[in-house]
Amino acid sequence: MFKRKSNIFFLYLAMNILLLGLLFAHASLQEKADLLILSEKGKMVEALELTDLCLFTDARYTRHPTMADLHSPFQDYPLSFEHFPSGSLVPVPQTMISNRGKDAIH
Amino acid sequence: MSRIEKQRNIIGFTLSSLLRRKRKNAALIGVYTLIVFMLASIMFFTYSIKKEASFILKDAPEIMVQRLIAGRHDLIPLRYTDTIRQIKGVQSVKGRLWGYYYDPIKGANYTLVVKEDLHNGPGTITIGKGVSRNLPGKEYGTMSFKTHDGNYLFLKIKGTLSSESELISSDLILISEGDFRKLFGVSREYVTDLTLKVRNPKELTTIATKITQLLPDTRPILREEISRTYDAVFDWRGGMIIVLFSGAVLAFIIFSWDKATGLSAEEKREIGILKAIGWETSDVLLLKFWEGTIVSLSSFLIGILLAYLHIFLASSTLFEPVLKGWSVLYPNSKIAPLINAYQVATLFFLTVIPYTVATIVPSWRAATIDPDSVMRA
Repeated sequence: MFKRKSNIFFLYLAMNILLLGLLFAHASLQEKADLLILSEKGKMVEALELTDLCLFTDARYTRHPTMADLHSPFQDYPLSFEHFPSGSLVPVPQTMISNRGKDAIH
Repeated sequence: MSRIEKQRNIIGFTLSSLLRRKRKNAALIGVYTLIVFMLASIMFFTYSIKKEASFILKDAPEIMVQRLIAGRHDLIPLRYTDTIRQIKGVQSVKGRLWGYYYDPIKGANYTLVVKEDLHNGPGTITIGKGVSRNLPGKEYGTMSFKTHDGNYLFLKIKGTLSSESELISSDLILISEGDFRKLFGVSREYVTDLTLKVRNPKELTTIATKITQLLPDTRPILREEISRTYDAVFDWRGGMIIVLFSGAVLAFIIFSWDKATGLSAEEKREIGILKAIGWETSDVLLLKFWEGTIVSLSSFLIGILLAYLHIFLASSTLFEPVLKGWSVLYPNSKIAPLINAYQVATLFFLTVIPYTVATIVPSWRAATIDPDSVMRA
């Protein structure tokens, strides 16, 4: 069977596709297992009235992007460079761009 | 010869042809795999974080009201609750006390949250896993805080928050109201911000507008804005990784375009010989089609598999330096693998199809030329 190169290739392809299928199966099973942990986290958010994920703790506007005041991403002036590496990951929220000039809620 | 048998023969020949130039093709597959790996890693990471954020934060307060002074978030007087309570549709208004504490010894920022009913009382704190990891040695000791007037406040650690909740609680310190006010010198008339419960969720925007009309120095933040913010933050098209990475992607596009479109003299001669010994133009195109498919499909499948292992089983090790930034505390938690077939299909159409198509066009040109002139060239 392995004398022909095409057979080896098809076997290799089948193995890769099988592994891809296993990834989806793993993701699906893990998602079900994680649902309980996610619900626990949700309960903690409700109980402690939290608003943000604890992803970046280097500055207040990266720790709580949703709570930061409107000018926080540009601490010094609107075109200033960022002080923190994670500040480069946090772009200006679309809502700010679309609401520019309007003063509906903010 | 059956059609399947013919395809198998052509695939066999294609593999032999690829193996004849194994170094060049191995380099191509290596770079191609790396590109797919990076793109898939970014896609998996951002999608899972966004999904997790929207799932966890769906129970966040419906409306939060901040006070802004000179464009900055400031403490809000508790008397504002009376004004807000009078707005039709508001079920309840509560003051929230929270703030940041910078520990100069560890160089870490902590988030202090007051939650009296969950907390153990004055003189004690409950800390997140990230905070406890940063403490020397024992978990259940005492932490000292420098108060606003220069004194020291010693608080006993009564417990730690679960490690499963690190994504939201890593840097948290739950503290009593009295200790919080003593630490920061916040008077009893002020809180950090207000949280509202509303009877009818459809009235959220109307209530928010009324708040800004009644209290012009305030800024209401709706719960839906929280998920919008996280969508914007982790939009996979945005962000530094993509910007930096786009250079590498462009380099690969140029490399693969050059490789796929410009046939080498050796490849042209090979096509000429094949035609001279009786291969049809369609057979040559099939050969090139399989060549493109073998290279791109192999790279795609290996890249996807490695990206999954990287993000969901190896805790995004390669992204860690970028994500950590200058943070001293960082959540040590795995992301839930929330992936879907749409993501994989998108990546497939963005990577495999263009390459495969790009290999066929120049081959068609070479395959239609007279074999004699190709071999003489």
